Amino acid sequence: MAYALQQLINGVSLGMIYGLIAVGYTMVYGIIGMINFAHGDVFMVGAFVSLITALLLGLGGGAAGPGALLLVLLAGMSVTALYGWTVERVAYRPLRGSFRLAPLISAIGMSILLQNYVQVAQGARVKPTGTLVPGGVTLMETDGFAVQFSYVQMLIIVVTLAVLAGFTVLVTRTPMGRAMRACEQDRKMAALLGINTDRIISLTFVIGAALAAVAGCMYLLRYGVIDFYIGFLAGVKAFTAAVLGGIGSLPGAVLGGLLIGLIETFWSAYFSAQYKDVAAFSILILTLVLMPSGLLGRQEVEKV
Amino acid sequence: MTPVAAVRDAGLAALVAFGLFAPLVGLRTDVVEGGLALRGRWDDVAWLVLLAFVGRLALLLLAGRRLPRLTLPAPLARAGQYAAPFFLGLALLLPWLPFIERYELDLGILVLTYVMLGWGLNIVVGLAGLLDLGYVAFYAVGAYSYALLSLTYGLSFWVCLPLAGILAAFAGVLLGFPVLRLRGDYLAIVTLAFGEIIRVVLTNWTELTGGPNGLSGIPRPGLFGLSFTSEEGGFADFFGLDYDPVHRVIFLYYLILGLALLTNWVTLRLRRQPLGRAWEALREDEIACRALGINVTVTKLTAFAIGAMFAGFAGSFFATRQAFVSPESFTFIESAIILAIVVLGGMGSQLGVAVAALLLIGGTELFRDLAEWRMLIFGAAMVVIMVVRPRGLVGTRTPSIALGEKRAIGGTYVSEGH
Repeated sequence: MAYALQQLINGVSLGMIYGLIAVGYTMVYGIIGMINFAHGDVFMVGAFVSLITALLLGLGGGAAGPGALLLVLLAGMSVTALYGWTVERVAYRPLRGSFRLAPLISAIGMSILLQNYVQVAQGARVKPTGTLVPGGVTLMETDGFAVQFSYVQMLIIVVTLAVLAGFTVLVTRTPMGRAMRACEQDRKMAALLGINTDRIISLTFVIGAALAAVAGCMYLLRYGVIDFYIGFLAGVKAFTAAVLGGIGSLPGAVLGGLLIGLIETFWSAYFSAQYKDVAAFSILILTLVLMPSGLLGRQEVEKV
Repeated sequence: MTPVAAVRDAGLAALVAFGLFAPLVGLRTDVVEGGLALRGRWDDVAWLVLLAFVGRLALLLLAGRRLPRLTLPAPLARAGQYAAPFFLGLALLLPWLPFIERYELDLGILVLTYVMLGWGLNIVVGLAGLLDLGYVAFYAVGAYSYALLSLTYGLSFWVCLPLAGILAAFAGVLLGFPVLRLRGDYLAIVTLAFGEIIRVVLTNWTELTGGPNGLSGIPRPGLFGLSFTSEEGGFADFFGLDYDPVHRVIFLYYLILGLALLTNWVTLRLRRQPLGRAWEALREDEIACRALGINVTVTKLTAFAIGAMFAGFAGSFFATRQAFVSPESFTFIESAIILAIVVLGGMGSQLGVAVAALLLIGGTELFRDLAEWRMLIFGAAMVVIMVVRPRGLVGTRTPSIALGEKRAIGGTYVSEGH
C-alpha cells in the first residue's frame, strides 16, 4: 500500500512533465496537422537553458530560493520560446501548403540538427547539477517503508498546474485563444475572417515551446542530470500521451501524460524497469489500433 | 524590398540569433570537480550573429533581385536516361579504377548498403505510400537472424541469407497487421515505436542477443566454399593469387552491389505486375482502391513484407561485413536516414534514391574529420533540401503503365500516400 502510494506520487510528477510536452504536440497537430518531431528536442533545449541560467545565478549544487527558481523558469521559457519560433519560421513555414511528408522530413532533420547542435555547443557529457530543491515530507511510514513526497515533486505538480491553468485561461478566455481555436477548426475560414493565421501558428509554436521549457526545467530539478539526448525518448512518450488523450484535445494531452507517467512508473516498480519503454510504446500501438481517436479526442470523419 | 528595410530585417535576424546562441553557445557548461562550471565563448556568438545578419541580408537582397531559377529538374530528367547506365557502369567498375583504395571500397560498400535499404524502403514508402519510420527494425532482424543462426547452428551465409529475409518479412507482416487501419503520421509514429521496441528487446534480452555488448565473431561469407583467408584452399590459393585482404573487400563490394541490384530489379518488375500497380493505386487513393475491389489488407501486408525482406538481406550482409552486431547500430536515427534518402531522392524514383544515398552518405563521409559536426550538417542538409526541393532531387516520375507513350510527369502529380 505504502509502496503503491509512493509510485503514485512518482508517477503523477513524471506524468505532469509528459503532459506539458504533450500539450505542445497536440496544439501543433491541431492547428497545422503535422507531428512536430523536433518538439522533444525543444524540451531538451529548455532543460539546457534552465541549467545554464541556474549556473549563471550560482545555483550549482546548493539549494535554490524560490526567486532564483522563478528566474530560471522564466529564462528557460523565453529562450526556448525563441527556439520554437525559429524552428517554425525556418523549417516549417516555407513548407506550408507543400505535400504532407515534406514538413515531417524537415522536422526530423530539425530534430537531428537541434540534438547535434546542443552536443557540439555544450559537449556530449552528461551534466549533473546536484539537487537544487532538497528535502521533502514523509507522508506515512509502514514496515520500514517511508513514503516520501519530496519538495521537488510538490513543486512540479504546483508549477505544472499553475502553468496549465494560465494556459487554459489563455486559450479559452482571450481573443488570442479564440483566434487559435478558430485556426484549429478551419484555417482558411479563419484567414477569411481577418485572423493572421501565420502569426497564430507562430504563436502556437512559441507557447508550445514555452510549455516544453517548463517541462525541461522540471525535469532538470527532478532528475538533476541532463544530456543532449533526453529529448528523443521524452518526445516520443509525450507524443504517445498526446495520442492516448486524443490528439488535438488539450485536456486529453494532460490526461494522457498522467496516464503514461503512471503506467511507466508502475510498470518499472512491479514488473521490469528495463522494459518500461516497451510498455509505453506498446500502449501507443494499442491505443492507435483499438481507439485511434484517443480518450478525449473527436472521431475523425473520412471524407471522400 | 528596399535596402533599408532589408537591413532592418537582417538586424532583427541578428537579434534573434543573439537570443538563440547567447545562452547555448556563449556559455558552455563544463563538468569540473564538484559540479559544473560555465565558460564564456562570446567570440563564437559574435561570429554566429554576424553570420545570421549577413545571411539574412543576402537572402533578402537576392530574393528581390529575381535570380534565374535553378532549373535542375529539366536537364536532370534529360540526363536521367544516361545517368542510370553511367552510375551502374561506375558501380560495376569501381574496384578496378586506379585510384580506388581499400578506404574508397569500404565507403562504396557503405553507400551501396544504404542504396539497397533506400530501394527496399522505397517499396513501402514510395510505391505503397505507407510511411515507415521503423524500417531499421527489419534491418536489425536480418542482422541478428544471420548472427544467431550462424553462431548457434553454424549455417553458412548463403543459407542464412534467404532465412534472414524470410524472418524479416515475417516481422514485416507482424508489424503490418496492427497498423493496417492507420495512415500518415500515425503510421509513422507506430512504426517508430515498433522499431524502438525491437531495439529495447535486443538490448535487454541478454541471454539471446548478448545485450548491449552485442554478438561478435560472426563468420565471414565464402565464394562457393572458398574462404577469403591466407590458408591453403582459400580463394587466393585456389586461383594461384597472392593473398591480399582486399580480395574479401572486393567480394563484399560485389555482393552488396548484387543484392542492391536484385532489390532494384525486383522492384522494377513488381511495378509492372498487378501487385505493384495495386501498391501505386493504394498510394494514390485507398478508398478508390477498395471500391475497385483491391484487397487492401493483402496489398499493404505484401508491401511491408517485401520491403522488410530486403532490409533483412541488407541486415545479414551488414552482420557478415562487420562480423559484429550490437543494438547500437539500429537506432531510430538509422531509420530517419533511410527515410530521408527515399524522400530526398524523390519518392518512388529508383535513380533518385541512389543519388540521394550517394549524396547523403558519401557527402557526410567527407565531413568525417569534423566528427560531431557531421550529424549537425546532416540534419541541416535535410531541412535545406526539403525547403528548396520538397519533391526530392529527381523531380519527375515515369508512370509504370500508360496508355500510349510513357511520358515523365512532375513529382507534384504523384500522391505521397496516406
